[in-house]
Amino acid sequence: MHRFANPGQFMRVADKVLPWIVALCLPLIAAGLYFGLYASPPDFQQGETVRIMYIHVPTAFLAQGAYVVMALGSASFLIWKHPLGDLIARSAAPIGCVFCIICLVTGSLWGRPTWGTYWVWDARLTSMLILLFLYFGYLALANAFDDPARGDKPAAILALVGVVNIPLIKFSVYFFNTLHQKSTLAGDLFGAVFGEPEAAVQAENLPADLAAAAAQQGGDLPPEMLLPLMLMLAGFTLAFLALLILRLRGEFASVRLRSLRAGFRAEPRGA
Amino acid sequence: MFETLADFWHMGGNGVYVWGSYGLCAVLMLGLAAQTLRRIRTRQRDLDLLQGSRARRDGTEGA
Amino acid sequence: MSDTAVRRRSPAAQRKRMRLILVVCGVIFLGAATALTLTALQSNVNLFFGPTEVVEGKVPAGATFRIGGLVEIGSCRIRGDGVTREFVVTDGANRVTVTYEGILPSLFRDGQGVVALGQLADAAGEFRAEEVLAKHDETYMPAEAVEAMKRAGTWQEGGGEPVAAAGAPSGANPCKG
Repeated sequence: MHRFANPGQFMRVADKVLPWIVALCLPLIAAGLYFGLYASPPDFQQGETVRIMYIHVPTAFLAQGAYVVMALGSASFLIWKHPLGDLIARSAAPIGCVFCIICLVTGSLWGRPTWGTYWVWDARLTSMLILLFLYFGYLALANAFDDPARGDKPAAILALVGVVNIPLIKFSVYFFNTLHQKSTLAGDLFGAVFGEPEAAVQAENLPADLAAAAAQQGGDLPPEMLLPLMLMLAGFTLAFLALLILRLRGEFASVRLRSLRAGFRAEPRGA
Repeated sequence: MFETLADFWHMGGNGVYVWGSYGLCAVLMLGLAAQTLRRIRTRQRDLDLLQGSRARRDGTEGA
Repeated sequence: MSDTAVRRRSPAAQRKRMRLILVVCGVIFLGAATALTLTALQSNVNLFFGPTEVVEGKVPAGATFRIGGLVEIGSCRIRGDGVTREFVVTDGANRVTVTYEGILPSLFRDGQGVVALGQLADAAGEFRAEEVLAKHDETYMPAEAVEAMKRAGTWQEGGGEPVAAAGAPSGANPCKG
């Protein structure tokens, strides 16, 4: 593992896999767009707005995934002083921030026609907004100083402190009553482990007609809707990796530039 | 599936929400990619400039 | 840890170990603090009360709050004034009648989860809503498949009122329009 902490070696491997990632990512997203926007059926309740799911869910997943990458990088930087950890965290932050914005805005645009409101302060939506603010805070701290070596530690600590928000986002829909629905993909698993919030509907008490209706709402995604979701999930994950490598390249160039400039100034002229 | 192109744009009356979501996603993702590439290019250019001037300086030193 | 084990480590390795312990402890304490805070604030973090909590009087009198539950099948009707919608929200154990003067969201239907914001009217325990939101569940199904099930007679009524491909709600829900 520590082999990858060698920045030069890491970058050589990353640059080698980058073309493959891009070559896989673009057709996946293209197929995802084709199935998501055109070749998949409208939902029986939501109609065509269900298509927003195919970008809302992958960006939500990656906004959290990028934060975990950022926190792990920050932890390795704080504990083992791996400079690569700081660079990875700095590279992941703007990507995750963009995914988080896309997730929040598409969620809002999805909420209006389905729920009847753009925004509601329930636990899921609020914790996702907190994630966005954590990204803003990290980016501000990491870039606040001319000498990044002064901002890297506070930023890394903020990234680590904010990591408690990640499980909060994930489980908010199981612990609390929210307007946001539970996860369709992992719903049964989490529901079984964590149970339902207090005011949840008790299926065994329902009259027969309502119980039948509730049973039908068990959490289900038919294959023709699962396909575009999975294509987009895979495509966006690869897009994240490609962007991460590219941003790392930029960070490495910045580091070299700074050390070169420092050396340039430090060396006595004409000595 | 959509019968006509107009249906496709209309999205059953929710065209604003669906196309707004996809449009925003496309703009932000492409914008981020463009900014990332531009950043690498400017850094590389500065690096080349600096290394060039250093080589020149080292060159005069050598002479 | 024995004294010799500590001495065998280099000072740098000891500092690294210390930092690791500090970071892990920090995250654990922070997580615990957050979990405790949220548990303490549970009722504030929850978006809505269920009908049972409302009936049992767990909601402060006169407060504006949200109530959430399923729309009882066949309970929705428009009152004589032509504006006020009335429906029953249930969790299976208890029921609360909700009134709302306005247009219900397009996903509103029998058996649907809804969240309404408002207050309890004085005596009858009737909930006067200022806002009604549809709580979408995590089930998705192609509209055509539902139409086919309806034709075959295997569709459970109340499980869904299909939205036609054009987006206009079909079916004769008296509360729509």
